[in-house]
Amino acid sequence: MAVGQSNIRKDVIAKVTGKTRFTDDFTMPGMLHAKYVRSPIAHGLVKEIDCSAALAIAGVEAVFTYEDVPKTLFPTAGHPYALDPNYQDVADRLLLTDHVRFHGDEVAIVVARDHLSAEIGARAVVVEYEELPVCVTSEAALAKDAPAIHEGGNILKSTTFEKGGSLSDAEKSSDTIIEGTFSTPIVLHCHLENHTAYAYMDDNDHIVIVSSTQIPHICRRIVGQALDMPWSKVRVIKPYIGGGFGNKQDVVLEPMVAFLTSKLGGTPVKIELDREEGLVATRTRHSWSINARAGVTNDGVLNFMDLDVVSNTGAYASHGHSIPMAAGSKSCNLYPRSVTKFSATTHYANIPAAGAMRAYGSPQIFFGIEGLLEDAARAVGVDSVDFRIKNSVQPGDIISKTGNLEHSAAMIECLEKGREIIGWDVKKQQYAQQDGPIRRGLGVASFSYGSGTYPACVEIASCRLVLNQDGSVHMQIGATEIGQGSDTALAQMAAETLGVEYGAINVVSVQDTDVTPFDPGAYASRQTYISAPAVHESAEKLKAKILDHCREMTGDASEELDLINGVIIRLGNQHKVIELGELALDTYYNKDRGGQLSAEASTKTRTNAPSYGCTFVDLEVDIEMCAVTIKEIINVHDAGKIIHPLAAEGQVHGGMAMGIGMTLFEELLIDPESGWIYNGNLLDYKIPTAVDIPELSHAFVETFDPTSPYGNKSLGEPPTISQGPAIRNAILDATGVKINEMPMTPKVLFRYFNDAGLFDSPGKE
Amino acid sequence: MKSMNVKFSINAKSYEMDVDVRKSLMDVLRELGYTSVKQGCGVGECGACTVLVNGTPLDSCLYLAVWAANKEIRTVEGECKDGKLTAVQDAYVEEGAVQCGFCTPGLIMSSTAFLEKNTVEDLSSEEIRKAHAGNLCRCTGYQTIVNAVKTAAKK
Repeated sequence: MAVGQSNIRKDVIAKVTGKTRFTDDFTMPGMLHAKYVRSPIAHGLVKEIDCSAALAIAGVEAVFTYEDVPKTLFPTAGHPYALDPNYQDVADRLLLTDHVRFHGDEVAIVVARDHLSAEIGARAVVVEYEELPVCVTSEAALAKDAPAIHEGGNILKSTTFEKGGSLSDAEKSSDTIIEGTFSTPIVLHCHLENHTAYAYMDDNDHIVIVSSTQIPHICRRIVGQALDMPWSKVRVIKPYIGGGFGNKQDVVLEPMVAFLTSKLGGTPVKIELDREEGLVATRTRHSWSINARAGVTNDGVLNFMDLDVVSNTGAYASHGHSIPMAAGSKSCNLYPRSVTKFSATTHYANIPAAGAMRAYGSPQIFFGIEGLLEDAARAVGVDSVDFRIKNSVQPGDIISKTGNLEHSAAMIECLEKGREIIGWDVKKQQYAQQDGPIRRGLGVASFSYGSGTYPACVEIASCRLVLNQDGSVHMQIGATEIGQGSDTALAQMAAETLGVEYGAINVVSVQDTDVTPFDPGAYASRQTYISAPAVHESAEKLKAKILDHCREMTGDASEELDLINGVIIRLGNQHKVIELGELALDTYYNKDRGGQLSAEASTKTRTNAPSYGCTFVDLEVDIEMCAVTIKEIINVHDAGKIIHPLAAEGQVHGGMAMGIGMTLFEELLIDPESGWIYNGNLLDYKIPTAVDIPELSHAFVETFDPTSPYGNKSLGEPPTISQGPAIRNAILDATGVKINEMPMTPKVLFRYFNDAGLFDSPGKE
Repeated sequence: MKSMNVKFSINAKSYEMDVDVRKSLMDVLRELGYTSVKQGCGVGECGACTVLVNGTPLDSCLYLAVWAANKEIRTVEGECKDGKLTAVQDAYVEEGAVQCGFCTPGLIMSSTAFLEKNTVEDLSSEEIRKAHAGNLCRCTGYQTIVNAVKTAAKK
């Protein structure tokens, strides 16, 4: 049995010995290096550009400006192609532009023989701008007289839906209606490996791109679109990748390196963004403001949620309005017996482009939902956990947005387990009467997520298995390993179904769109769920072929056989017939029978199992220091069957740390007047270090979701959703103050605590 | 460009070469094929380029290659000998402390230096966290790294 075991990760020995090669670890003779010329202003038009000084620098081979690039607008979001034009991503990007829309936008690019000469060259390009009015905030971008950042105005899209009944009826039957406004910051992914890509040509009409991407097959298509080439003439190779978290679920450098090599006779050209470029000129997490209302009855029944979102997508659409749409959809899973009204507007602004980031709008929407529901529970005097248990999803509920039957939800069990682990009831009593400057508080928040993008997007996955001469099996999988461990989990599934040891499955981790079977890539926590049917089907097919060959060898066509742990046995007496390695040699080299045994499956999934869970936190607030110290934090997850407990634990911890970072520390700071970015580097944009993160705890409530052959549901993104509201609710528990914005830095807490009069205690002046 | 003739050893292998005085130790190590030394920021913020110089962990992106003259450099490529992982590498595998793996070589060198100086078996989480605060990791939340260092200390 491989599934459910913590087998040694397929890539881990290579990683701890330094043998894994990432994109920047490859080079080619004659490789050139390119550096962007970036806008020092947030909004303007290029009036004049002078490249002569740059071209005179030794080592500089070429400079390209906005005048030299194709005039075809292309989309960058890492979604599968949509046949329905209404679902296609917004095409609003050129390779270089003379209309700069954020501080750091790209007007030209310098290509040189080495990185340093390219950098010196980029600084030597002289650009004259006509400055345009700048919109940074939603208020400025949505003002009637706001300058249009793109043709057609600043509103990208607005939508609204009402599910699960009538809002006005639900309002009438509510005893109390609670309101709140919540806001979330611009957060950066900060994967340790910056965006890097290079390209070369190996034929007059064939471009090869090597890139640190989550979406090789989507890259291929978008490069084809951007350069107006047949998609099959673009080959994208993904080596090991140093994290993505959604920032590499966008096409960023690939069209440019492909363009450059095509202009330079096929010479290899590399772009390696430096950290400062990577932080502002790739993608960010959308900042949101949420106006929220909820109606409850006196006995704690949630009647409705009414959520109104404004999402700032920045200079370019990227994933744009898909983010609030996805979050709106997920907000209907958790409390399906109440009415959900969801409205959202996404708009442009003169700030870095926001795109996909881990959990895709859910950390934002659940900050609003779970903050608001905490206030609702308190308003009617129901315990926070009891309130959630009373209203949470259960198996047999119909999810209002999709109309789907919920099969396996263990949301209630997750809440019960978390309550027990953290010692909720005892601590609640202990923390009941506190009035000193240092107080403890308990908080809880739930979340729900999806296991893919269906029905918004196609969900396609592929797997190819080949029996090697030595009895091992090579596995090519469309799913993209980016560090999350998908190669390992999918190898476990293949081993389980095929009937071989986990060690007998060799995963081809490097992806190559000329070779790897099709799958759009790593996003939406989809891969173990969507790939499971493809792995299952290909493993069953290969097993059938192996057993057929064995029958050919024994000469008994009716024999009932099985493959168990790499040995073929007779079903009746369990006796060994032949080892798989011995059979494999026969398939290849027997002159009269067999052939290379392989099996392939490409499957489309038309289900999308919601996953669930919650965060419990016990923290200390030092009111006078405006400091929050987490004493204990636990995430409890229902992710269906856990395929690899150790890797699952890793996903949970990593997500929790990212959620804590967003809640307490992280924010990209932008001058609201000029659009100037203040902290676009890792010294000033602080992601948590080992000393900033507390001890992290986790637990699973294992279920078996029947829509996956292995019972699993999503786990990649969900762990990062619920820290914000849980911490917010715990600070409320400790101090009585609702901190409805993130990050909850000492500066923010001071403002809230001061407004709440917490510093006005008697005896103080 | 001005260069300087220097001698140093990398993973116990001797080198004598002319080094561009502007180059960081990270650049030179990567050019020599020690690509486990990663550039995450180039300015000493992330620790992905951590190597040991005479046993001390440092950001090789901020350390000029010429400063390494006559010194002993260690990178993660040299740690595993005859196919046998070190106690630190082994613990990283066992505790699940590796995800994308980009920060891993630098972190393993920090852990290695830390455990060579702290030989007691019973290390506190606080000590371990402080000693690894110069290495950013965005995948793990550091919990399994702390666990791995504790496990390695007992090996």
